[in-house]
Amino acid sequence: MIALIDYGAGNVASVANALTELKQEFIITSNEAEICRAQKIIFPGVGEASYAIRQLHLLNLFTVLRIVKKPMLGICLGMQLMADFSKEGNVTCLGIFSVTAEKFDESKTKVPHMGWNDIEIVKESKLFKGIKSGERFYFANSYYLPVCPYTTSISNNEINFSSSLEKDNFYGVQFHPEKSGSAGLRILKNFIDI
Amino acid sequence: MLCKRIIPCLDIKDGRVVKGTNFVNLVDAGSPVELAARYSKEMADELVFLDITASNEKRKTLLSLVREVAKAIRIPFTVGGGISEIKDIEALLKAGADKVSLNSSIVKNPKLISEAAKQFGSQAIVAAIDIKNNGKENKVYINGGREETNLTGLDWCKQAAELGAGEILLTSMDKDGTKDGYDIEFLKLVTLSISIPVIASGGAGKKEDFFDAFQLANVDACLAASLFHFNILPIAELKNYLRNNGITIRI
Repeated sequence: MIALIDYGAGNVASVANALTELKQEFIITSNEAEICRAQKIIFPGVGEASYAIRQLHLLNLFTVLRIVKKPMLGICLGMQLMADFSKEGNVTCLGIFSVTAEKFDESKTKVPHMGWNDIEIVKESKLFKGIKSGERFYFANSYYLPVCPYTTSISNNEINFSSSLEKDNFYGVQFHPEKSGSAGLRILKNFIDI
Repeated sequence: MLCKRIIPCLDIKDGRVVKGTNFVNLVDAGSPVELAARYSKEMADELVFLDITASNEKRKTLLSLVREVAKAIRIPFTVGGGISEIKDIEALLKAGADKVSLNSSIVKNPKLISEAAKQFGSQAIVAAIDIKNNGKENKVYINGGREETNLTGLDWCKQAAELGAGEILLTSMDKDGTKDGYDIEFLKLVTLSISIPVIASGGAGKKEDFFDAFQLANVDACLAASLFHFNILPIAELKNYLRNNGITIRI
């Protein structure tokens, strides 16, 4: 069973539709006990970082998400919330990836970074089974995580940034696998198969 | 590198796709869910649904349509048409839409842009702007092109960007349905003036029109309707042409 976390800051419906297409059993939940019982956790997110972190505190999910030992996949804002800190609303995040979410420079590039961009795989990852560098995914982000020791793939939007990260049981993707056609579904399937 | 996007637009009336010229003379162009699935297969980069129904049943119909579309496709889509309140936006996003496009409501109440962007993120808020040239300047029109406002096109684009819109969907009413090419001069002015993505709309008739909008006006996405609905220009053929001419595009 997969726990798809609904904390009021994510487009849960799209991820749920993708999991249904992959014929997976899942529950949409914000309940700590249910999250602890699940085999895997998907942590989606769209919107603003400080609002999202406040929601996690209100739902008493902040601590459990930091200490779970089962595979957890953060998507888009969910991934950025797994960093130490976000400059979006200047908020302390879950502290899984020791890096800070920065904003793209509006004087150099269009913000939000919106549309299909390619990734370059820089570190082997179970998420990328059957996926090659150059594959394109759908992004919609104004903030990004810089390239760091946990980066497994890189994309470019005037500067290089992390399009995916990995540390122990924690996985994060900046793009939206649930909105990225068959390549995106492959990423979700790979996560499910871990 | 970020790809330029090709976006089929589906005008929805009473649950069916329709297409007209200069916002009138509507003809039936098929089922929204079927067309959406077809475009997704044909490598459209995203879709826009604009609901032009005017009835009390509207919201319910639109929400169930959004749910059906979200189940059928794995590419992003935007929904617009008569959205005026935060709770409407919330319901559409929860039903599976990735973005909402706001038009008349933000002219009447510009604060709606900033409120919606704060709550749902800029990436979910598209400012749809319809413009028409009066011989002197581009004026902004609302209510499906029926009502002229006192706003000029460029000023309103800049203001919408400042208020937190994540994208501008700019439709030239003079060009809409003419197949005469996008309004390159004005689009160029807009992309030079603001730093959020711009979607060109109105006037696409041939492959070269898309190339010009990307190359000359530096827009981020091109929208078209009847060209795709009636398969006059297959998306694959268009994308191959653009790629062969040096435009970064997803094939």
